[in-house]
Amino acid sequence: MTKIVTALLFLFIFFSGQAVAAPDELVVYSARKEHLVKDLFEKYEKEQGIKITYITGKAPVMLQRILSEKENTAADILLTVDAGNLWHAAQKEILVPVTSPVLDRNIPDHYKDPDNRWFGLSVRARTIVYNTDRVKKEDLSTYEALAGEDWKGRLLLRTSKKVYNQSLVAMLIATLGEDRTRSIVSGWVSNLAAPPYSSDTKVLEAIAAGQGDAAIVNTYYYGRLMKQNPDLPLGIFWADQSDNGVHVNVSGAGIVKYSKKIDQAVRFLEWLSEKDAQKIFADANMEYPVNQTVLPHADVRKWGAFKPSTANLARAGELQARAVKLMDIEGYK
Amino acid sequence: MISSIKYQGGFIVSSGIAAISLSPVLFILASGMNADPDIWSHLKQYVLPGLLKNTAILVAGVVSVTAALGISLAWLTSFYEFWGRRLFEKWLIFPLAIPTYVMAFIYTGLLDYSGPVQTAVREYAPELAGLFPEIRSGGGAIMVISLAIFPYVFLMASSGFRSMGRSMVEASQSLGGGRMFTLFRVTLPMARPWIFGGLILVFMETLADFGAVSVFNYDTFTTGIYKAWYGLFSVNAAAQLASILVVMVLVIVAAESWLRRKQKFFNRGGHQPVSRKRLNGTGHFLASAFCSTVLLVSFVIPAVQLLIWTAKAFAVEFGAHYIHLVANTFFLGLMGTAVTLAVAVSLSYSGRRRADLKTGIAAKLSLSGYALPGTVLAVGIIHVVAWLDSRVTGTMDMLGIQLQGALLQGSLILLPLCYMIRFLTVGYNPVSSHMTRLTPSIDEAARLMKVTGPALLSKIHLPLIRKGMVTGGILVLVEIFKEMPVTLMLRPFGWDTLAVKIFELTSEGEWERAALPAVTLVLAGMIPVGFLTFIGRSKKQHVPEG
Repeated sequence: MTKIVTALLFLFIFFSGQAVAAPDELVVYSARKEHLVKDLFEKYEKEQGIKITYITGKAPVMLQRILSEKENTAADILLTVDAGNLWHAAQKEILVPVTSPVLDRNIPDHYKDPDNRWFGLSVRARTIVYNTDRVKKEDLSTYEALAGEDWKGRLLLRTSKKVYNQSLVAMLIATLGEDRTRSIVSGWVSNLAAPPYSSDTKVLEAIAAGQGDAAIVNTYYYGRLMKQNPDLPLGIFWADQSDNGVHVNVSGAGIVKYSKKIDQAVRFLEWLSEKDAQKIFADANMEYPVNQTVLPHADVRKWGAFKPSTANLARAGELQARAVKLMDIEGYK
Repeated sequence: MISSIKYQGGFIVSSGIAAISLSPVLFILASGMNADPDIWSHLKQYVLPGLLKNTAILVAGVVSVTAALGISLAWLTSFYEFWGRRLFEKWLIFPLAIPTYVMAFIYTGLLDYSGPVQTAVREYAPELAGLFPEIRSGGGAIMVISLAIFPYVFLMASSGFRSMGRSMVEASQSLGGGRMFTLFRVTLPMARPWIFGGLILVFMETLADFGAVSVFNYDTFTTGIYKAWYGLFSVNAAAQLASILVVMVLVIVAAESWLRRKQKFFNRGGHQPVSRKRLNGTGHFLASAFCSTVLLVSFVIPAVQLLIWTAKAFAVEFGAHYIHLVANTFFLGLMGTAVTLAVAVSLSYSGRRRADLKTGIAAKLSLSGYALPGTVLAVGIIHVVAWLDSRVTGTMDMLGIQLQGALLQGSLILLPLCYMIRFLTVGYNPVSSHMTRLTPSIDEAARLMKVTGPALLSKIHLPLIRKGMVTGGILVLVEIFKEMPVTLMLRPFGWDTLAVKIFELTSEGEWERAALPAVTLVLAGMIPVGFLTFIGRSKKQHVPEG
């Protein structure tokens, strides 16, 4: 026993060397999951001869890691989901402003940081999904309407701990004001058919099983579930079409200010915003390309066209803490 | 003079270890000091009361349920003979191989409204459909977490009962003590250090749990910590909440030490196993049925469910990278276990030579890492390391040496150290309970034989605590296999493990695809646990005959 432990200790000391990035590679800290980015990164290496090394994890944790590593960080690019996270990284001054005509051409203004520190790369819509056996399309309209009396005991939601809901409520505050948003959230909570779920997929399954009649989810979760099980009685409804439009969010990236390869990193982001990469990036997760010249996947197009909200997504970050507090006060778990 | 230096040695070792273990905790306490008052007042008014209540309910519930399950199962299998006893004795430890977060997603999947059980009931017995309690509640969380970690209590209580030997139990019964009298007045009090050891592990694990409670969406301190950090963007408020956790743990650990002060449990060779009493009739049936039920819900059902999901998703999910994931899981596990064991032995050894107060306090402080949520601990570590790194590079700059980037960050040395800080207590408990076997008379005898210094340790002491090292090592190894947040945050490039893969898939709601890495992880965990039950126990203890 003692011998084994000693041998392992030696092995451990032997292996404790460090890994330093090679000169012709870029390092990405990615909060987007490995199975959604791997193919794209490999494609870039094949085409451009630059290796993309990446590590995956949670966005706020990666941000904290870069903050503590400072000049020593290996990260060149921070790739994450949700504008709230991107805004926070910019706020903490770890992202460098980028001037790039290519990015400006490919990415609409409201999907990027007003100061060009981060850029959306794919768009996700968070909208209403309903049980087609129990709800008529005519009965649906806005996010706000789901807080009304006639939805008592019929609504299902994901937890307020998920950043998607924090951004949604933040954008409601941005467009409708704090008081109106407060009564919306309080209405949602009193209309819940079951305690909030921990994932969108669980919410969708519960709607399909008839525990509730409608819910607010990201469309790609709906897409994935329907792909596995096309017979589920679930339909998509585009919320708020006559006013602000569907709440959208992005996954996106920014360049870390401590990077020693800023030019190479910019070129990589530009490549990601061009047609070929956009197609792969969005289709991998049934999302919408941020580049408006690229069509979404055929399965995604079937859900119909919709009017997205064009409020600048930086607001989702600015108002996120307020949104969280508001949800705490209204008892949205 | 010489002796006083020797006795100081224990304190120096234990305070050195405490310093390493505590540096991240101290960092957290320090950053908790300067929290944003505005956020703190919000938390105090709207969040904290609920968190305190929920956390108290969860911890009290899990401690009670695991105590009831663990002690009763250990008592039955140690003192009675009934159908399947041998099998239960071995297999009831296997739930340890199932991570709590995996247990949570299996049981919510099975018992939710849209799950197979409730769907079938609605189909065939609609009148019963309304009777189902909500699985995603405090009660559900308590049950599921207990199912995953009761083996700690079962394992420790079994060791306690076995170490007692025949003499005590028989003495009590020959003096007319009935079975219940013997249990409550002799057996349980005698096994108390072991049972407490198991319960302290359960207590800390429950406090630190994030994975399982977030599946249930049951708000505890851990979820509050993450919400303050991720949602309110306040690392300081998160640290402040974490500080409350640390204080709670220290209070409990101190209370437990105080309860056990002045008690010495020396094992005076009770190596004759207790003769088991054959149960008959109803008792026999009940004992078998009870053990079978626990085994079924804590291991068989989750394992079968995982296999069913794996079969569905195997084609999509399986690839060559799985070999890497398994290899990484094992490699990191073994490294971390070696470091943890080495430290656990030094720590308990230093405390044994002279159990004075300051050495004891330093040792106890070193064990508090287990109760901190992994991510919080990892943030503390990252900051300490970044600070060290900047010192090193600064010094090198002054000497005119240019370093490429950081020295420690992103290196493989961090993870095993971090595992040590997190799981030291898991390895320490079995090792130190075996240390009690080393009565002072052993040292005196050795000294008479002119065996001193390192030889005393290697020839006499280590062989006597070997079993404790094996048990501790195995428990730590399984813990590291299951560990997710620290690995996620501190792993170098290309060091993904099975737990990381499970996180990636479950956080996207891909339960079925997550089943393959989960099954692999459970199998990996079963190897060491199996070693513990099938090999570790059958080995005859070589006790030097006085």
